[in-house]
Amino acid sequence: MRSIWRTLDPGLWRGVLAIAVAAAVNGASFGAIAVAAGNPLWVPVAMSVLVFAGGSQYMAVGVVASGGSPIAAVIGGLVLNARHLPFGLAIGDVVGKSLPARLVGSHLLVDESVAFAMAQKDPERAKAAYWACGGSLFVAWNLGVFGGSLAGSLVSDPNALGLDAVFPAVMLALVLPALKEAGKLRPALLGAAIALAATPFLPPGVPVLLALAGLLAVPRHNGTGAAGTTETAGAAETARTGGTGGTAEAGPKGATA
Amino acid sequence: MTIVPILVLALGTFAFRFGGTLLRDRITLSQRVRDLLATGAVVLLVALIATSALAKGHDFAGWALPAGVAVGGLLAWRKAPFVVVVIAAAATTALLRLAGVA
Repeated sequence: MRSIWRTLDPGLWRGVLAIAVAAAVNGASFGAIAVAAGNPLWVPVAMSVLVFAGGSQYMAVGVVASGGSPIAAVIGGLVLNARHLPFGLAIGDVVGKSLPARLVGSHLLVDESVAFAMAQKDPERAKAAYWACGGSLFVAWNLGVFGGSLAGSLVSDPNALGLDAVFPAVMLALVLPALKEAGKLRPALLGAAIALAATPFLPPGVPVLLALAGLLAVPRHNGTGAAGTTETAGAAETARTGGTGGTAEAGPKGATA
Repeated sequence: MTIVPILVLALGTFAFRFGGTLLRDRITLSQRVRDLLATGAVVLLVALIATSALAKGHDFAGWALPAGVAVGGLLAWRKAPFVVVVIAAAATTALLRLAGVA
């Protein structure tokens, strides 16, 4: 296997570095908030290493700080993180086969590393991008949390710096190419509409899971969207039509454990 | 916060992550199901983008945040480098907030 360093071009590394810096500042804010809420230093630090999922960490600390029970904090965090299961199902190949690689690789599964992997054209680059992004974010996030916990109110309000815009903008940049593929745009838009409609009423994390109902908008036959197909979608199309013979009933064949 | 809730949250989160990647390896999926899973991941990511750009908790996030995300998205669509997307999105939102736009 070629080294990650050589598989990825400098542009991609710059991208990884940019979101790592944003993650470090965000982590510093999490550390500062957690300590300000009365937690000892080890709480945000241990949480960030062991959980490594920013949204659920903010939520857990916030719930407890506002007088909620630790049980509510844990349940809220787990609901928020449930999306990692379908993410793992979708891109699980990138973590590798050996047990150590799978244990470490699974822990590095965050929204950004998934999006980075999915934005690559071939499996080798996807694997390299996943590990580069996940690893860099792990280091940056934890260094940030440690620094922020030590410094207290160093970055008390990252929102004033617009840092909350970085996550959605980065994800949007990564997901744009995939949206050009045949049959992906309509389910994505329907799913986003469902999630937004549910957001005022349901606990955080649930609306995003409900978005999976957008899959109902996946066209039955993928051969019709010729107008908007890109090269990648075209390639996938040829691969698919290669086996047209018996694919009509290719349902849950061998889909058992 | 004590160590127990942290450990439960950590183990549960890891179980989601590990379970997904393990299932991917253990079960044989038809091309149709694999396509659906790839589309499902895109659907989840877009829903995550939409909710984190437009909502804070249960409420509307205000205009500064989605405006910054939109500027970043537009630049990405125009094939701007990643770093430019990140800086432009954060700067737009920060400047709008500085100007008093929520």
